[in-house]
Amino acid sequence: MSRTAATIVALGTAVLLLGLLSLSVGRVWIPLSLWGTPGPLGVLLFELRLPRTLLAVIVGATLGLGGAALQGYTRNPLADPGLLGVSAMASLGAVLSLYFSLTSFWLLPTMAIGGAGVGVLLLLALAGLTGGTVTFVLAGVVLQTVAGAGIALALSLAPNPWASGEIIKWLMGSLQDRSVDDLRYTLPLALAGGALVLATAPALDALTLGEAGARSLGARLGRARLMLVVGVGLATGVCVAATGVIGFVGLIVPHLLRPLVGARPSALLVPSALGGAALMLAADMAVRLLPTAEEVRLGVALSALGAPFFLALVLTLRRRLL
Amino acid sequence: MMPLPEGAVLAADDVRVALGGRPVLAGVSARFAPGAVSVVLGPNGAGKSTLLACLAGLRPPDGGKVTLGDRPITGWLPPERARALGFLPQIPEIAWPVSVETLVGLGRLPWRGASSAAEDKAAIAAALDTVGMSAFARRDATSLSGGERARVLLARALAGAPRFLLADEPLAGLDPGRQLDAIALFRAQAAAGLGVVLTLHDLPLAARVADRLLLLHEGRLVAEGTPADVLTPERLAQVYGIRARVAAGETGLAIDLVERL
Repeated sequence: MSRTAATIVALGTAVLLLGLLSLSVGRVWIPLSLWGTPGPLGVLLFELRLPRTLLAVIVGATLGLGGAALQGYTRNPLADPGLLGVSAMASLGAVLSLYFSLTSFWLLPTMAIGGAGVGVLLLLALAGLTGGTVTFVLAGVVLQTVAGAGIALALSLAPNPWASGEIIKWLMGSLQDRSVDDLRYTLPLALAGGALVLATAPALDALTLGEAGARSLGARLGRARLMLVVGVGLATGVCVAATGVIGFVGLIVPHLLRPLVGARPSALLVPSALGGAALMLAADMAVRLLPTAEEVRLGVALSALGAPFFLALVLTLRRRLL
Repeated sequence: MMPLPEGAVLAADDVRVALGGRPVLAGVSARFAPGAVSVVLGPNGAGKSTLLACLAGLRPPDGGKVTLGDRPITGWLPPERARALGFLPQIPEIAWPVSVETLVGLGRLPWRGASSAAEDKAAIAAALDTVGMSAFARRDATSLSGGERARVLLARALAGAPRFLLADEPLAGLDPGRQLDAIALFRAQAAAGLGVVLTLHDLPLAARVADRLLLLHEGRLVAEGTPADVLTPERLAQVYGIRARVAAGETGLAIDLVERL
């Protein structure tokens, strides 16, 4: 069995076990023996824990896959799905709906997905399909800046403390109290986006040789860029719509797994999706179990995890350069 | 998909390229046949790399056209074109610490869906053997020395079994022994039917490897022919601004660069 296949099997098993554990773990422990029982436990299990667990898998997988693909495309190990600026635009859409108190069930995700869609179109208009990686990254920075300014503006002008409180809470990202309805739009769009991203695998491999090298190998880089922007942009935008902003997964996971699969960009895609799902499940269980009055926001927990990881990364890189 | 017929020619026809309003190629026409080594010479900025990029189909010329076989190069699907033309860029990049084997395997990407895993494996092994890097197959490609890296990248280009190999400055950064090895390899590949097109700066090495030299100056082809025909003292003075003594040497030409004019 190749190293990549072994990694996929190991991570797949981990996701499965963590997913089962995620159904049992929480303020109320539901052991396997009680899974079939009707009543409040069944409601808790199927209407709260199950959607939450599935959402953690979808969002984690999307972020891991998107991070691996964008690191391959930009040939930069520090790239993550947020680089496109599309998730920032999705956040802006969601923040605007909170700002105007348009929080009926479908409106917030719809506005967030709308924001992601506008972000994708703006990114393509700014960066085009032919320019180099630098224009692409710069266009993403422009979108992030514009969306960040819009969010800050909404916060400072918030009509009432409730709105600003909701915006801040939402920006920190969480899987708390999600329902089956959130899965209805997340799952199909994340799957479609993921399929587009996986189709760029050969182009990502070719890019190991740089842009000229990749084109000389017959890679269609414009098409790959289009598929990545639409695929990663919409899938992560939809995840932002469902859970708010969750960072670091897309950065950490591909980085950790790269040595295990021999660094080949295409071999990193599926393991990163599985690794992202596993990390997300573990982090979500951790925030559920932490004995705090209110649940620690998942985005905050992952950032707290990300900082020491970055420190370790900087230290190893520095040692290697000496 | 139509395969390229035996003996098909790669040709530039009045190719013009302007970069930022400055003409880089001002109408270059040349034919490159399989089974021969052609070397494009010229001072810095003469348009060598641009010509090679046009020939490789990586840069559409602003005027004129490049044809491969009976079709303009733009009429080939990118993977089809990539099977026929191997290209080594001047500044190679290896973005990730992949194994040497994996890196050489990237040369098989144009054949995706058209060759079996066993064929790919055999092509990779043969290419590594050709450049003498078989022992390095499992090494991390980013940990290699400059010379080893150059050989591995050459193996990458050969693994795709191209009909033409276009290499921009392939001898840069190699020690004299490795340069002679590389030259012998290009000659052997040409003898086996590969069309080799190189850009070089080193005049004696160019004279030694080339069947035919093409001398570019300010975007124009100023001379074309055998090394002895092209590399005359008058022309070296005109194009490079140097005074040189040229004599028949033990192998090819002995060129003594006397002074800057």
